[in-house]
Amino acid sequence: MKFGVIQFPGSTCDYDCFYALRDVLKVQVDFVWYKETNLESYNGIILPGGFSYGDYLRVGAIARFSPIMKAVKKYSNDGGLVLGICNGFQILLEADLLPGVLIKNNCLHFLCRYLYLKVENNSTPYTHLCEKGQVLKIPIAHGEGNYYVDKNTLRELIKNDQIVLRYCDAKGEITPEANPNGSIYNIAAVCNKGGNVLGMMPHPERCVEDCLGSSDGKYIFNSILDYIKKKLNI
Amino acid sequence: MWSVNIFINLKKGVLDAQGAATQNALESLGFGEVKEVRIGKYINIKIEAKTQKIVSQRIEEMCKKLLANSLIEDFSYKIEVL
Repeated sequence: MKFGVIQFPGSTCDYDCFYALRDVLKVQVDFVWYKETNLESYNGIILPGGFSYGDYLRVGAIARFSPIMKAVKKYSNDGGLVLGICNGFQILLEADLLPGVLIKNNCLHFLCRYLYLKVENNSTPYTHLCEKGQVLKIPIAHGEGNYYVDKNTLRELIKNDQIVLRYCDAKGEITPEANPNGSIYNIAAVCNKGGNVLGMMPHPERCVEDCLGSSDGKYIFNSILDYIKKKLNI
Repeated sequence: MWSVNIFINLKKGVLDAQGAATQNALESLGFGEVKEVRIGKYINIKIEAKTQKIVSQRIEEMCKKLLANSLIEDFSYKIEVL
């Protein structure tokens, strides 16, 4: 089993993802340079957080035209697992692999702290080891994480069960106070209709060991590993 | 050669957090008569083309493909001959 972590100019969480996969979860992982054009040898792809292309113009807007993104599109169309974390999520939205857009936090601050997430959909490759309604403690670190879609698209997302994680309080209550950035419907993570592409603002790679304050990020990674193992029959 | 000034603004209904914060700051400076502040982007492009119509077509394409995100932003532009 082998993962690819894509490195764009300005990616900053690439080593965190690499560390989580290689050193904690003990699977093979390569860095994949943004000029590469082939992803066939990988079982899963991660677009890490950071500030690709300096966030120029709009977050993710320029990274979307990198050579690697054609390969990411093909890979996801073929059913491959693509996880976009933070800036990776922003890139997947600009590339039209997921619906919606991420705009400036409504408080205008860059937010970097632990918070709580409710598992809304536990039937995806990324969350199937969680209970439905389980509360995960995972940190965020972003200035533009305010998820926005129009009302019709929101209805579609709800109907299709594409909302995977929502911001909540420690008890799992979805409240306005638990929403850090103004995201519509407290949305923290969405998937595509096929469920193989997930975008999330929180950083699971930053909480895979108890000494980091939480190891709940492992629920996401272990779900992915388990899904792939079953698919490969290993 | 043509010079094109492109203006990109958040659509009505999309929260403009920067605009709202700036309006509050203006209000605290005594500009209470300000009823709304919207903050957008201004982009200037110099472009070679035979006719103004072609310039217009190319700019529209650029805005739709890259410069603006149609989910949240509207664009307008003004073309001048150089």
